[in-house]
Amino acid sequence: MAVQPIKAVMPIEAPDIAVMSGVRFAWPSRDSFRLAIDDFSLREGERLLLIGPSGSGKSTFLGLLAGIVSPQEGSIKVLGTDIARLNGAARDRFRGEHFGIIFQMFNLLPYGSVLDNVLLPLSFSAERRRRASAERPAEEEAVRLLDKLGIEPSLRRASAASLSVGQQQRVAAARALIGSPQLIIADEPTSSLDRNRQMAFLDLLFSVVAEAGATLIMVSHDESLGPRFSRIAALESIARIERGEVQP
Amino acid sequence: MIVLRLAWQSLANRWLTATLTIVAIAVSIMLLLGVEKVRTGARQSFADTISGTDLIVGARSGALNLLLYSVFRIGNATNNITWQTYQEIAKAPDIDWIVPISLGDSHHGFRVMGTTPEYFQRYHYRRTNALTFSEGKPFSDLFDAVLGADVAERLGYKLGDKIVVAHGLGSTGFLEHDDKPFQVSGILAKTGTPVDRTVHVSLEAIEAIHVDWQSGARIPGQSVSAEEVRHMNLQPKAITAALIGLKSKLAIFGLQRAINDYRAEPLSAILPGSTLQELWSLVGTAETALAAVSAMVVVTALLGMVTMILTTLNERRREMAILRSVGARPATILGLLVAEASLLIVLGVALGIVLLYAGLIGLQPYIDRAYGLYIGIEPLKTGEWIDLAGVIAAGVIAGLLPALRAYRLSLADGMTVRT
Repeated sequence: MAVQPIKAVMPIEAPDIAVMSGVRFAWPSRDSFRLAIDDFSLREGERLLLIGPSGSGKSTFLGLLAGIVSPQEGSIKVLGTDIARLNGAARDRFRGEHFGIIFQMFNLLPYGSVLDNVLLPLSFSAERRRRASAERPAEEEAVRLLDKLGIEPSLRRASAASLSVGQQQRVAAARALIGSPQLIIADEPTSSLDRNRQMAFLDLLFSVVAEAGATLIMVSHDESLGPRFSRIAALESIARIERGEVQP
Repeated sequence: MIVLRLAWQSLANRWLTATLTIVAIAVSIMLLLGVEKVRTGARQSFADTISGTDLIVGARSGALNLLLYSVFRIGNATNNITWQTYQEIAKAPDIDWIVPISLGDSHHGFRVMGTTPEYFQRYHYRRTNALTFSEGKPFSDLFDAVLGADVAERLGYKLGDKIVVAHGLGSTGFLEHDDKPFQVSGILAKTGTPVDRTVHVSLEAIEAIHVDWQSGARIPGQSVSAEEVRHMNLQPKAITAALIGLKSKLAIFGLQRAINDYRAEPLSAILPGSTLQELWSLVGTAETALAAVSAMVVVTALLGMVTMILTTLNERRREMAILRSVGARPATILGLLVAEASLLIVLGVALGIVLLYAGLIGLQPYIDRAYGLYIGIEPLKTGEWIDLAGVIAAGVIAGLLPALRAYRLSLADGMTVRT
């Protein structure tokens, strides 16, 4: 597949929220796998769907964007900060403050209550804690998000492990959005749901993301979700994977 | 703090393994401290085997040998002291009291000791405890015997029972003084000293049962009945050793030198206290082995804890990826795991201390009665607190091992949530 931006309808004046350039990354322990991202940008307010089969470097790409791993070369500017230049602790703080992350599955700490899981990010970022409790106490904000995502009140104090997969994904969305982080990263959040629930989940996700004014980047292997996004791109067109021996 | 609450809930979810780990640590701590208590108690009980006696005199031999046969009833005297020499020593002006003892016979493996009734007043143990009778009274008749507590208990004797003394020290000697049986006149209370394992008779009785013996065998054709012997002169010709109390402690070394230099007969005089110390330094190596074993048990318990945390680590990689995704630093994850290990070890140590004192309070009277070992119930000493601090420090360091592994995993996993 070649480079194929399927559609781009964003107004041109929207500024970039994330820009990667000249990024080269290799896992320290796995020297046969290297990822190169020459140029990637994400505009504020965009809802980007990245299409990529497993093994296409999705996790590595998202890890770089969220600052969980750091590249050997290149720059990753998020909200004007080059997170590739930050040390590990500062990257962790930056991620806690500006990113909300939803995994494919197993998003919640199973022993904790639903509310504790939603409130968890606020322990790691004072800024998010401030934003979450700006209008109402943080716990009420969590309840508001849970309500909006269709989690019944009786489940708020239940242990996360007792929830269905669909409910867990919605709680994960509430956690990603609490305290209004600017960037929401979703790594195949619907792949463990059936078709009807996929659509319902995306509807809810889009509405809370829009309400928060956040930017969404979602990875999936399912192109049929494309029409709901403002842009769709193949991961291969952004990130080049090099395997085999390291070149001189 | 939500993070700590979640960490606690994670641990609470594994409550069974966590509890077992804490109990394993607690038992090992109880053992470590218990061995220390028993060590102290044993050393004290040992040093308190004989007290109030300033010198022990016997035929010339090493100090340890003299102590072993005269106090512990172990081994044999190299030689005897003649009655004449004994009388000479007894005349020394510094002497407050002197009690002769005569050994050589046995009863079912227990030593028979000839002495004077004064022995029961003079022999002290645990500083100031005198011997007391649980039943009966000291010997008054020639063929009366006073039994130590263990002898009476093991052989099931009561007051008035007849016992036969065997010649020599074998437990089933063919040579028995069966023509002159003894009657139990008294049974001593338990002391935890070798007195418990001794049959006490009068010096004259020792003489009486050997009247028709020579060189370890009955003189053929010459038999003296128990009645006849009462009318004979039973003044002993020799004794094995003598316990001496002095009027003034200052005289101890002077008299000791005088006895060691005694011309007529080669003699040795020892100070029981310092010889006991010397003996303890020999048998005390066992206590070091015991302490080493209990230390190894603590190490085993800590290894168990590390294993328990390590095995849960894989299922907790998800937990770590989630924490990382919401902004937790790897150092936070390291801290949580170390905190978990620290909590387990501190709870284990605390429970261990509780178990130790519960055990001591419950078992102390029994141990005292059964083994004559008095273990004092005292607060932990500084040295023991230092040991415990060392165990906790070792536990925290051991806890770093799985924590560092979790740290490495959380770096390597990156965004991937593994299950």
